[in-house]
Amino acid sequence: MSTMTAMPALGATLACALAAMAATPLAAQEAQEMEKCYGVALAGQNDCAAGPGTTCAGTSKVDYQGNAWMLVPAGTCLTIEIPPAPDGTPRMGSLEPLDRDIPA
Amino acid sequence: MMRHHDFVAAFAASLRDGVPPPGMTAGRPEETARRLAVYRNNVAVSLTEALRAHFPVVAQLVGDACFAALARLFAAGRLPPSPVLAEWGETFPAFLEGLPALADYPYLADVARIEHARLQAFHAADAPAIDPARLGEADPGRLRLGLHPSVTLLRLAHPAVSIWAAHQPGAARSPIPPGPETALILRERSLAISVRRLGPGDAALIGELRQGKPLLAAAAAARAADPAHDPRPCLLQLMTAGALVEGTVA
Repeated sequence: MSTMTAMPALGATLACALAAMAATPLAAQEAQEMEKCYGVALAGQNDCAAGPGTTCAGTSKVDYQGNAWMLVPAGTCLTIEIPPAPDGTPRMGSLEPLDRDIPA
Repeated sequence: MMRHHDFVAAFAASLRDGVPPPGMTAGRPEETARRLAVYRNNVAVSLTEALRAHFPVVAQLVGDACFAALARLFAAGRLPPSPVLAEWGETFPAFLEGLPALADYPYLADVARIEHARLQAFHAADAPAIDPARLGEADPGRLRLGLHPSVTLLRLAHPAVSIWAAHQPGAARSPIPPGPETALILRERSLAISVRRLGPGDAALIGELRQGKPLLAAAAAARAADPAHDPRPCLLQLMTAGALVEGTVA
């Protein structure tokens, strides 16, 4: 029976898989700390506390909308690079809602 | 005078049929029916918007006007039984499938199934991931791995995963392969909801784990479905996503 010959090899593969799973780096096993970052999401790609498909996620109207936020790894929001405004003013992410790029 | 409970029930009925309940009146009594129509319109519009938020890709596929018409038709016969709107819409895929007007677009229902599963995954209960220390010395012939409550496996008759993926923001245009697809939907540790297309081996592996089969039996079934199947990448991905939980003890 072919399964009889295949099984030992499969058992070895699985033992190896289990060892690899047991060694999954701890960083990958813990939810990464995230922070809300305003003014960095592209139009329609903002996050929402209530989650996708509920209320406010994906409702931002313009790129980098100042009052729309997305979750980013903690500590990275203030260093996210986004293109300057059309008039050349530099733009940065913010931990607080911003007045710029608000749709009319 | 009606008791409050009776009035609420009568008002709910009039939202459905448009006949003002006994005793309802407006500042100008002759406008009562028109005032009631405002309430009825608010119900229809808010349910349409709820459904659009629930099924954004279906809405993209059929267009706004068609989606609004579909939503009104759907809602007319099926007002939400619970105030939890995330649960309402479970029967929308079957509704789409049953509409003769959509017979030429049979994949719509499968796309809707993916979208409903995503929302359920987002709201699924939490469950602690399995302790990795349990795995190192486990016997694959006896180890039963559980799947996180957010994990959904959908066997779809149409290439709906590819269609769904092609309608995500920023998706590159690529040809949609013909034929059925299997979707794996789950909530990552980051709380993002992922939708993956599974090959026959991974689909069998996860399907058997879902049935409570020991890991070795599940991997054997996967190999039967795809003789070249290697279970390791799939198991590692599930582990990284926190999708493996303590199973029932053999």
